[in-house]
Amino acid sequence: MILLSLAWHSLKNRRLTTGLTVVSIALSVALLVGVDLVRVGARDSFANTISQTDLIVGARGGSLTLLLYSVFHMGSATNNVSYQSYLHFKNHAAVEWTIPYSLGDSHRGFRVVGTTNDFYEHFHYHRDRKIEFAEGRMPDGIFDTVLGWDVAQALHYKIGDPIVVTHGISEGRGILQHDDKPFHVVGILARTATPVDRSVYVTLYGISAMHIDWADGGPPMPGEETPVSKITKDNLEIKQITAFLVRCKSRIDTLGLQREINTFEDEPLMAIIPGVALSELWNTIGYAEEALTVVTFFVLVVGLLGMLVSLYTSLNERRREMAILRAVGAGPRKVIFLLVLESGLLALAGTFLGVTGIYAVSALTQPLVEHRFGMFIPVTPPSTTGYVYICAVVVAGLLIGTVPAVKAYRNALADGLSIRV
Amino acid sequence: MTTTNPAVAAESALRLQDVCFSYRPDRLILQIPYMEIAAGQSVFIFGPSGSGKTTLLGLLAGVLKASSGQVMALGRDLSKMSNSQRDHFRGSHVGYIFQMFNLIPYLTVEENIALPCRLDSERRHRLNGVPLHDAVRETASHLGIEALLHENVTNLSVGQQQRVAAARSLIGTPQLVIADEPTSSLDFDRRERFIKLLFENCRAARSTLIFVSHDRTLMPLFERCVSLPELNRAAQSL
Repeated sequence: MILLSLAWHSLKNRRLTTGLTVVSIALSVALLVGVDLVRVGARDSFANTISQTDLIVGARGGSLTLLLYSVFHMGSATNNVSYQSYLHFKNHAAVEWTIPYSLGDSHRGFRVVGTTNDFYEHFHYHRDRKIEFAEGRMPDGIFDTVLGWDVAQALHYKIGDPIVVTHGISEGRGILQHDDKPFHVVGILARTATPVDRSVYVTLYGISAMHIDWADGGPPMPGEETPVSKITKDNLEIKQITAFLVRCKSRIDTLGLQREINTFEDEPLMAIIPGVALSELWNTIGYAEEALTVVTFFVLVVGLLGMLVSLYTSLNERRREMAILRAVGAGPRKVIFLLVLESGLLALAGTFLGVTGIYAVSALTQPLVEHRFGMFIPVTPPSTTGYVYICAVVVAGLLIGTVPAVKAYRNALADGLSIRV
Repeated sequence: MTTTNPAVAAESALRLQDVCFSYRPDRLILQIPYMEIAAGQSVFIFGPSGSGKTTLLGLLAGVLKASSGQVMALGRDLSKMSNSQRDHFRGSHVGYIFQMFNLIPYLTVEENIALPCRLDSERRHRLNGVPLHDAVRETASHLGIEALLHENVTNLSVGQQQRVAAARSLIGTPQLVIADEPTSSLDFDRRERFIKLLFENCRAARSTLIFVSHDRTLMPLFERCVSLPELNRAAQSL
């Protein structure tokens, strides 16, 4: 106990170096734990880009491709799904709801997604979050469109603005413009921090209406277009969609339904489980997080080396103190223990400060981070790796403390009771 | 302070016999055929610097171990003890005063004085149940530094620092008080006052006082004087 009090007083006496050392350890620990939090948050956010969806169904092909174009609106489908097949599974006994996606058009670089109002009612992300409207309402008419948050922000659109959809995926103005059939903005979605924000939503009827006069993948001759005024939902036929999301009534049905879709005889289809596919995808792009972890480890090593340097350099000016301690009966072992205790206290204080600091910061900035980066950082107790890091820092602190301690021991043996100033 | 030191019963506090000490085998620092110091005596050991004073004190305090020979302190053979046994012996039976810089800078006067009792339980037990706090106060009052107890040691004058050091060496009534030129940084008047205080307190505690200095003007104050150059054969052969 006396040694603990000695260590405490001695550290307090050198409060500037002690403070700086604690802060440098705290910063590295905060970085380490922070990266861990961000990693968990990023993986979690990524895995929850869509949630409550049991299956994603598209034309048969690569599962990664399907995931990319259906969830992230990246790349494009090689084949479509017939509307009959979609209706077949929409009305399947095991299915609770479906969300159809019809892709292939764009607006100034943002993907246009044809869907139904099922999207606004059923789409979930980040576990239990639903789509919300920042402004306006769900699309009702054929040429109504709803914009994702980023689209509205980037292009400065407001309710009522007309937009022209480009055929195919292109940045800016494309070659084939559906400029004979302009859409009108009726709603803007609240920020979700998912790919939903970067999409333009129209109805399936809208997609059909744009392509009403098209034949063999080409536009009608100029002057032969059906005028907008003559298009009603009744004379529009939805022939195909690109993909659809499925929610089963019971989780148990998921695998059975997946098998049924994969072996569907009318059309070659493929169903994937989003959670599995997302974590597969994360693992392929997750090397960045490992690089980040490696960097933080080096930062930690630097922090601990800083402690070593500050303890080691203080030893010379503390030889006198060590001689006094020896004179009053402290053996070299106590001298060693005192110094190990000091570095232990430094590491402990630094770790405590770092962990509380990073938790305070992440709790405070949680809404901001979620808003700005679309990442929900969970302020939960550290993960197992987090605890391992924390313990490792304290143990490393103690181990590093033995270096100056052994040096002090040697000094004490050499000096004996002669005081070197 | 009516405690009876168990070691006082033994007639000699210290007895050195054929003691040799060297840091390197080819260079003998200390060679003392025989020296005995009676319990309760105040002994002045003098010698110029380089005559082996610090080495002798290291041997007596049990920091150094004799290369050969026997160092008997309070009836126990230091040369046969292990390092930690000697540390423990020093902690509980020896009070040590340095020439200067006696105090741990980050502790208060009170904490500095209490240190030996807090580090060594045996020394603490010798307070006979008196709370440490009171014992510190009592010792401090004997040395006239009661008012300084809560001071920061860095605020003290050199004379005050040496008194605090003396209080620390005397607390828990160690049988042996070793002072290594404790007065060299004091002026003449303070020097004598300090030594008299030290005498009084050692006498009250029946402690043996070993006082080392190169300043022979202090000689008359002591019961016995030892010239180290005469005693140390190694120094003579140099």
